[in-house]
Amino acid sequence: MRWFWIDRFTEFVCGSHAVATKGVSLSEGHLHDHFVGYPIMPNSLITEGMAQAGGLLVSEQYGFGELVVLGKLAKAKFYSCVRPGDTLTYRVKIDSVRDSGAAVTATAHVGDRLHAETLLFYARLGEDSEELMGARLFRPSDLQHWLSLVQVFEVGIHADGTRMQEHEYPLSEGLGT
Amino acid sequence: MPSKEEIFDKVREALVDALGVDDDEVIPTATLQGDLDAESIDFLDIVFRLEKAFDIKIERGELFPEDILTDAAFVQDGKVNEAGIAKLRERMPFADLTNFEAEPVIQNLGQQLTVKDMCNFVAHKLAA
Repeated sequence: MRWFWIDRFTEFVCGSHAVATKGVSLSEGHLHDHFVGYPIMPNSLITEGMAQAGGLLVSEQYGFGELVVLGKLAKAKFYSCVRPGDTLTYRVKIDSVRDSGAAVTATAHVGDRLHAETLLFYARLGEDSEELMGARLFRPSDLQHWLSLVQVFEVGIHADGTRMQEHEYPLSEGLGT
Repeated sequence: MPSKEEIFDKVREALVDALGVDDDEVIPTATLQGDLDAESIDFLDIVFRLEKAFDIKIERGELFPEDILTDAAFVQDGKVNEAGIAKLRERMPFADLTNFEAEPVIQNLGQQLTVKDMCNFVAHKLAA
């Protein structure tokens, strides 16, 4: 099992914003117990979905080559319940990006209904994180696989409107390592 | 140019929102890390909120010149040397470095940053 909480991107504009979707299905195991007889998509996992969408948008700003982690959930408001059969739409927007990290605001909607709002801060661990931690926390090939699954390169564009190209990023390095 | 009180009110609001502390905890002498429990990621949050509140742009190293603290020319045996202190004074005219100069261990610099220093920093930025 992999920790995938977005299904795909429908918009991805480098340095600006992105839109991703997540279909909620009763076949997802966590809904069987949350709650028994009244399945609701956990807001923690909806937050994770927004964080993953925002995290990939931020990671692109560092060339998909460095470790970016969610450092802080500064605000989270939820307004309703999300049930099996609903489709969540996550909209994430970069508010500020700097050398040390980035701030992202995110919303989750079901149709036109606003379900959640968050403010997320990401920390950039930098090129020397592997050396500092004594271990590699992700492989570029895993990131490449994930970006491909969620269709970043199929919908992604740069700020000037040109298409994102996979070969612009160092994603194939370390394949099989 | 906002008054000192207006700057303090906005800085306090930013710190309350970013750190989840109460209004009355944010007093001028409170240290961000020691008294208000700010962690490193919180500084990103604080800077983000100050930029929005005052419509300013805060560049890396402006509030906290980490480049000086990692420069071998300014640090010896974990302490900032005289040249480093002079450089810090130049880069941080908004901060009261008196306590730090008495024991210039590099870890102490961040721990001694106060709410008043933050207000002075904003006033310094707005006056620039």
